[in-house]
Amino acid sequence: MSEEQIKNLETQFEARIARDEKIEPKDWMPEKYRKTHIRQMSQHAHSEIVGMLPEGNWITRAPSLRRKVALLAKVQDEAGHGLYLYSACETLGISREELYEQLHTGKAKYSSIFNYPTLTWADMGAIGWLVDGAAIINQVPLCNTSYGPYARAMIRVCKEESFHQRQGFEIMIKLANGTPEQKEMAQDALNRWWWPSLMMLGPTDAESVHTEQSMKWKLKRKSNDDLRQQFIDQTVPQADLIGLTIPDPDLKWNEERQSYDFGEINWDEFWQVVKGHGPCNKERMNARVGAWERGEWVRDAAMAYADKKENRKTKKAI
Amino acid sequence: MNTNLYKYILSIADNSLILGQRMGALTGHGPSLETDIACTNISLDLFGQVRSYYQYAAKIKGDNTTEDDIAFLRKEREYLNVLLVEQPDTNFAFTIARQFLFDTYHFLFLEALEKSHDITLSAIAKKSIKEVSYHRRFSSDWMRRLGDGTQVSHEKVQEAINVLWTYTDELFHQTEADIVMVKENIAVDVTKLKDHYYNTVKKVLEEATLEVPESKWFQKGGKEGIHTEHLGYLLSDLQYMQRTYPNMEW
Repeated sequence: MSEEQIKNLETQFEARIARDEKIEPKDWMPEKYRKTHIRQMSQHAHSEIVGMLPEGNWITRAPSLRRKVALLAKVQDEAGHGLYLYSACETLGISREELYEQLHTGKAKYSSIFNYPTLTWADMGAIGWLVDGAAIINQVPLCNTSYGPYARAMIRVCKEESFHQRQGFEIMIKLANGTPEQKEMAQDALNRWWWPSLMMLGPTDAESVHTEQSMKWKLKRKSNDDLRQQFIDQTVPQADLIGLTIPDPDLKWNEERQSYDFGEINWDEFWQVVKGHGPCNKERMNARVGAWERGEWVRDAAMAYADKKENRKTKKAI
Repeated sequence: MNTNLYKYILSIADNSLILGQRMGALTGHGPSLETDIACTNISLDLFGQVRSYYQYAAKIKGDNTTEDDIAFLRKEREYLNVLLVEQPDTNFAFTIARQFLFDTYHFLFLEALEKSHDITLSAIAKKSIKEVSYHRRFSSDWMRRLGDGTQVSHEKVQEAINVLWTYTDELFHQTEADIVMVKENIAVDVTKLKDHYYNTVKKVLEEATLEVPESKWFQKGGKEGIHTEHLGYLLSDLQYMQRTYPNMEW
C-alpha cells in the first residue's frame, strides 16, 4: 500500500471515530491504535486478575457467611472481568499466553493500588468503596470508547463495579456504626487507602504521557486531574455521612470552585510503587507466576486430553 | 429441641461448609482463569447451601441462635463433616479428586434427601441438586482429563485417588442420630447408596484410565467430631474474626 493510500485510510478511520462509530476487530486500524488498545486493555485485564489477590486474602477469614458469599462473588466477578477483557484483547491479534507472559515478566503493568496489603476486614470495605469507586470514575467513560469489543465489555464491567462499590460502602457503614473497635478499624482502613486511591487516577496531567492520543480515540474522555477531583468531590460527603475523617488536613470546600481543595499527593510514593518497589509488588507477582507455573501440568493435561479425544473422533469417522 | 434433627442437619451442612472453605481458599491461585472461576463458583454454591441448612438448624435450636453462631463458634470436636472434605489441596489433582469423590456422593445423597419427609430438607435438596449436578460434571470431566491427559497428570491424580480413597467409606457410615432420623423418614439411609457410589466412581476412574485402589483400610471419625489434624488450622482461619471480635455485627 502506498503512503498516500495509508494516509487516506487513516483519515477515514479518524473520521469514523469522530462520528462515534465503533471500530470492530476486522476493520482496518492504524498499528498504533492496535498497540495502544492492547496495552490499555491488557493492563486493565491484568489489574482485574492481580486485584483478585488482596481481596482473596480475606475469603477464608470473612466475618460472617453473608459477607463470605458476597466477597467470593465479588472476586469471582473480577475473574470474569479479566476473562472478557483478555478475550477483547485477543480480537486484536494477541494470545492470552502472550499477555500473561508480559504480565509475568513485568513488561505489562497493572494498577498499582493492588500492591498495597489488606491487613484487616475493613480493607474489604475500603477497597470496594474507594478503589472500585475510583475505578468506576475511570471506566464509565470507556463504555463509549471507540473500540467495539472494549466498549461492550466495559458496559458489563461497570454495572458489576457499581454493585461492588455499594457493597464496599455498606461494609464501611456497618463498621462505622459498630463498636469503637470496629469504627477504629474502618478509620484505619480509610487512612491507609485514601491516598493510594487518589493516585490510582493516574499522574497529574503535566506528567501523563498518553493523554492526548487517548482522548482522540475516546480511550479517555477527561484528564486524570479532572477525574481525581470528581472522585474527591463524590467521596468526601460519603465519608462525612458515616462519620469517618478523610486523612488530609488540607482538605477544604472551595466555595468559588464548588469543589474540594486537597493536599499534596506524594508522587514519589506513586512512582516507587509503579517501579516495582511497593509493599506487595513481589508478593503479587510471585502469586501470579506461582499459580501459572504450578498449573502448567494441568493445562498440558487438558491439551493432551483434548488432542486424544479429537484423534479418537477422527479415527471413528474413518 | 430435636437434638437428633439438629445434629443431622449439621452433619450435612458441615460437609458443604468445610469443602466450601477449601475451594474458596483457592480463588486467584488456580491453574487457569476458567478453573479459577469454576472453583470459586463451587465454593459459592456450597456456602449458599450451608446458609439454608444453618438457618434451619438455628431455628430448631432457638435461643436467638444465628447461622453465624453455628458456622463460626463451635469447637473442633463439634464439627460433624466427613474427613474427606477437610483434606488439604496438596496440588490440583487432590483438589479435583476430593471434589469428585465428594460430588459423586453428594449427588446421590441429595437425590435421596429430596424424598425426605422433612419439607425444609427436601426443599434445600431440590435446590442444591441442580448445583451439585454441575459440580459432579466438572469434577468428573477433570478426572478424565487428568487421568487420560499426560503421564505426569495421570500419576498425580492416581496418587490423589490412592491417598483419598481411605476417606470414602465414611460417607456410608451411620451415626446414632442418623439411624433415628432414618426411622422417621427424615434422613437418607446412606448405607443404601454405597454400591451405586462405588460403581459410579469406578466407571469414571476406568474412563480416566485410572486404577481403582484395592486398599480395604478406611478412616472414619468426622461424623462423630473426631477429625484429622488439618481441620484445626482450617477452623482457625474460618473463625478468626468471630473469635477476635466477639458479639459484633458485620
